[in-house]
Amino acid sequence: MPKIDTADGPVWKRRQTPKQLMIWFGWLIAVAIAAYAWHLISEKTVWFFVWDAPRQMLDISTRMVPPAWSYMDVLWKPVWDTINIATIGSMIAMAIAIPVAFAAAHNTTPHRLVRAGALFIIVSTRSINSLVWALLLVVVVGPGVLAGTLAIGIRSIGGCAKLLYEGIEEINQTQVEAIEATGASPAQKMIYGVLPQVLPTFAGVGVFRWDVNVRGSTILGIVGAGGIGVQLNASINTLAWTQVSMILLVILGAVILSEWISAKVRHAII
Amino acid sequence: MLRLENVTKRYKTGDVALKNVSLEIPEGQVIALIGPSGAGKSTLIRCVNRLVEPTEGTIWLGDTELTALSPGDLRKARRRMGMIFQEYALVERLTVMENVLSGRLGYVGFWQAWFRKFPKKDVREAYRLLDRVGLMHMADKRADELSGGQRQRVGICRALIQDPDLLLVDEPTASLDPKTSRQIMRLINELCKERGLAAIINIHDVHLAQMYSQRIVGLKAGELVFDGPPDGLVPEVLTEIYGEEDWEATIEDVDEDEEEASK
Repeated sequence: MPKIDTADGPVWKRRQTPKQLMIWFGWLIAVAIAAYAWHLISEKTVWFFVWDAPRQMLDISTRMVPPAWSYMDVLWKPVWDTINIATIGSMIAMAIAIPVAFAAAHNTTPHRLVRAGALFIIVSTRSINSLVWALLLVVVVGPGVLAGTLAIGIRSIGGCAKLLYEGIEEINQTQVEAIEATGASPAQKMIYGVLPQVLPTFAGVGVFRWDVNVRGSTILGIVGAGGIGVQLNASINTLAWTQVSMILLVILGAVILSEWISAKVRHAII
Repeated sequence: MLRLENVTKRYKTGDVALKNVSLEIPEGQVIALIGPSGAGKSTLIRCVNRLVEPTEGTIWLGDTELTALSPGDLRKARRRMGMIFQEYALVERLTVMENVLSGRLGYVGFWQAWFRKFPKKDVREAYRLLDRVGLMHMADKRADELSGGQRQRVGICRALIQDPDLLLVDEPTASLDPKTSRQIMRLINELCKERGLAAIINIHDVHLAQMYSQRIVGLKAGELVFDGPPDGLVPEVLTEIYGEEDWEATIEDVDEDEEEASK
């Protein structure tokens, strides 16, 4: 900003000198904090375990090989459960998230208070991890797939609704205005002016969330909420490392598959 | 037919977009509204169909006092006013046909709109209009596949299928090249004559305003500063509206164009 006139023409600098000094000082403090934190962490670390880690890693790795291929016979059902948890959970989440998103978007909300309520739903469902939801729901509805599905569903409401309402707020308002100018009713304005503009976003968000949920639902079995995590937990507890490696391979496969599907679908929408 | 009486618009920010504007437009008259950016041209036409609520004053369309209507009656009144936009304002992801038929939304119910079950008469009229503007073959294309000039023609069809008495036209040529601009202005003009429509056309291009309107109204900082025939736009008047500039060239240009047009 500042222009300084010198003998051989004006000189331009991005910032005033005091401001530049402040920024350097800020960096200095940041580096000092990082160094202090490193010092604290290293003091509290038992270094023997750290130096021992590579050996332990190697040990577990050798025990994991070869994976127990025959264990696959038992795994088909839990894998299917896991995918179902993700799919149905995502559907429940979208069904609730869409109305919540319309209530939360500035340009479609019926009232300020409704918007506040919708934002509260979004923040509260998002702030609690799906594993925590699963823990609670296992107590409420009992262990199994239902608890997992609900956990994934509830946790995803906020995540979906947030992306959806941001999409709704980004629409081109003159298109809506044009529909309004024809004498359309508020409901007609929604289906003609707003909906066509947000449908691609809705589809994209749904597929993206499903992809995230496939990964998320593999872990829920650890707390008894169904899916492949149940087997994973059991195998780790019984130190059956060849089974563990088999399960990890299956999870990897499922995740790659869901990534591939969601990429394909997103490509088709755009 | 359209009468504005002492219309004032003050935005929440405190900006006064229109100051005590009174204007009367007889049936079938095409007027051009000119003035610098920010003079209140868009606000004026949006006050007429109440996309913007006027702060003070009354607006009459025939015997209807538009400024006093309830939301339901306002929707009915809006059917009588077709609007054409600067950036076309088509719903981009709908087809041309759906966009044209959206002009009938004021006449059909929610489910008819949802299932796209428009009355046969409306569909025929839509095809007739598309044929009239030369876009019959584009009916099933998505609106975002069309060029600017084609989109504006669809916008015109959407306004006309409302069967309006009045067209509100907001900068119809601002996003178009000079040739297409003229074609669009000519088309709007012809259609107004065919149907005996009145129109208010906001336009930046003084030149086009003079060529395609019967009357010119100049707006400056929210106030009416000129109201007269196209050839009344002498340099002094343009200076009054826009400020000091060498206007001779602009006006001479128009005379040449008119000669060309008459050849």
